[in-house]
Amino acid sequence: MTFGRTLAIARKEALQLRRDPRSLTLGFLIPPFLIVFFGYAITFDVDDIRLAVWDADRTQASARLVDAFVASGYFRVVDRLERYPDATEALQSGDALAVLAIPRGYARDLAAGPSPVQLLVDGSDANTATIAIEYAQGIASAHSRRVTLAERDARPTLVPDSRAWYNPSLDSRNMVVPGLVAVIISILAALLTALTIAREWERGTMEQLVSTPVTRLEIVAGKLAPYLAIGLFDVLLAVGIGTLLFDVPFRGSLLLLLAMTSVFLLAALGFGMFLSAALKSQVLATQFAIVATYLPALLLSGFIFAIANMPRVLQLATYLFPARYYVTVTKAIFLKGVGIEVLWPQALLLSALASLAIAATVAVFRKEVA
Amino acid sequence: MADAAASAPPFAEGGEAVIVADGLTRRFGDFVAVDDLSFAVEAGEILGFLGPNGAGKTTAIRMLIGSLPPTSGTARVAGHDVAVEPYAVRRAIGYMSQLFSLYGDLTVRENLDLFAGLYDLSGERRSGRIRWALANAELEGREEQLTAMLPLGLKQRLALGSAILHEPAVLFLDEPTSGVDPAARRAFWELISDLAAGGTTILVSTHYMEEAEHCHRVALMNRGRLIAIDAPSALKASLERPILEVRTSDPSRAAAILDGLEELEDATMFGRTVHVVVSDEAVARERIAAALEREGVELGEVRRVRPTLEDVFVSLVRKSGGVVAG
Repeated sequence: MTFGRTLAIARKEALQLRRDPRSLTLGFLIPPFLIVFFGYAITFDVDDIRLAVWDADRTQASARLVDAFVASGYFRVVDRLERYPDATEALQSGDALAVLAIPRGYARDLAAGPSPVQLLVDGSDANTATIAIEYAQGIASAHSRRVTLAERDARPTLVPDSRAWYNPSLDSRNMVVPGLVAVIISILAALLTALTIAREWERGTMEQLVSTPVTRLEIVAGKLAPYLAIGLFDVLLAVGIGTLLFDVPFRGSLLLLLAMTSVFLLAALGFGMFLSAALKSQVLATQFAIVATYLPALLLSGFIFAIANMPRVLQLATYLFPARYYVTVTKAIFLKGVGIEVLWPQALLLSALASLAIAATVAVFRKEVA
Repeated sequence: MADAAASAPPFAEGGEAVIVADGLTRRFGDFVAVDDLSFAVEAGEILGFLGPNGAGKTTAIRMLIGSLPPTSGTARVAGHDVAVEPYAVRRAIGYMSQLFSLYGDLTVRENLDLFAGLYDLSGERRSGRIRWALANAELEGREEQLTAMLPLGLKQRLALGSAILHEPAVLFLDEPTSGVDPAARRAFWELISDLAAGGTTILVSTHYMEEAEHCHRVALMNRGRLIAIDAPSALKASLERPILEVRTSDPSRAAAILDGLEELEDATMFGRTVHVVVSDEAVARERIAAALEREGVELGEVRRVRPTLEDVFVSLVRKSGGVVAG
């Protein structure tokens, strides 16, 4: 492998890229656009839960309980039900996501001891339902504590004090933006390189290339170089957008992020190039790249669903996708500010995937032209 | 040009030929693209691969430049076995494929820079060779133009310049002039002859029979097999029987009528005329006139012509009981 020949390929690839509007759009315009767009659009925060109230007690005590729900900021009262059976209608129509049912005698019972109230939740969206129930329990127990202190003059027994480290406000944007960077770059990386080798076969330029002393590895390395540069540029841009526009903290080392990004990019770009070399068709390679990166990057990377909660088989499958490691890396560097002493397993596995992708590309390539 | 063989340079003495193919065979599944091809080309010689589309010319060349492994047989180019030392072969050769193979979205200079880089040229030699290629393709002053915008003739000259930037000992040209106008084609062949005179060994494929006249020797190929290899003049001399060129109102019907007629060897469409190989000219003239009149085809001029390579080709293929492919 000589530097001169690799450089000649890299230079040629960069020049072609500069004149190709599709690649320029894909490489320079789409990533920042998607990060800004989804940075605003995607939120896992559940607030503003629509609450219907059936208050059969109609006392000061019951009104205070409803106030406690509203005051939390998570619930908004959208309806007051006349009859208990109306709860079914409210949930079915979707007008309310939860129904708070306070039975007659609530205030009387409260003075004496435990006084049951009911929360009905629309469980068809399990995520939101779970969160709504947690909020309601928190509000109820805080309210219960207040009642106990004020009205029965008793001492509370156990007061939990939880705090969320790294993202104290539990603002989901802090976790979305770093993950989003990883997901978007994963999808675009394979798309960018899926064209490169197939295009040369389709246009007949590969015939000419392979008649020169340039080696397979030099072609692959030279072609990767400009896309690596674009990927690094995109990540720098994303860090800028994340910190300046979305106020996401960046606590780690930028240098470490760039180093890890390079390894990740080699794996992701290498995969696209492998498809290109193996399928020898721009259309096929592009379609394959979308299918093989889009859903895994979104669903198996830990971006949306925690990997620890997945079935064992799926957990094992996640190890195959570079996006999985990179989502961990970006979150860890943005939010936790950790260094290589924590991220070395990711670095190691990403390096392995990168080497595998490049070796496989060179191998399928070699098969076609001696 | 009628007798290019006479001006062929003397073959290198003693040493191995520059291109040696020995039993070269390539199958694609059941299809035999190249069948047991053996020949040798000496230094400074121009060998033409001549045959219709599908004769196996491109497949043979791709095996010789080491980009397609042979199913069986061996080939040595510039002293290196193509299967064992493909990179040594590639340093010694230039190759121009039948498709326009430069990058249309790069400028003239960027293309030349690329190939200079791929052939490891540097310093004074690099700039000198790029200047040479520009002058050779008459592209000085158009260095910054996108290659896709050039006329085809200039593209071909630039592609040739790129392929020989590193002054290779051996040059492979796969149908280099397809689609190029006659004037550009003539200029192209002058260049090829100059290179050969300078000692470059050249293997060029074509399906233009008249182009083969520029070659020192011609290898006639059909359906993957080599059917004859010799100087063009020798090949034509090997066709002893006279050939009559028959002009009629309906050449394709005339060819069908005359083909297989007694006393006539074979009749083939040849442009707008029919070429008939005969044994006795006088008898044949009578029979042709009679047969065409009987069938109502209007007969024009009948004259004896010198055999062309195409006549040789058709005659050899028929003699071997074969059919012309393509």
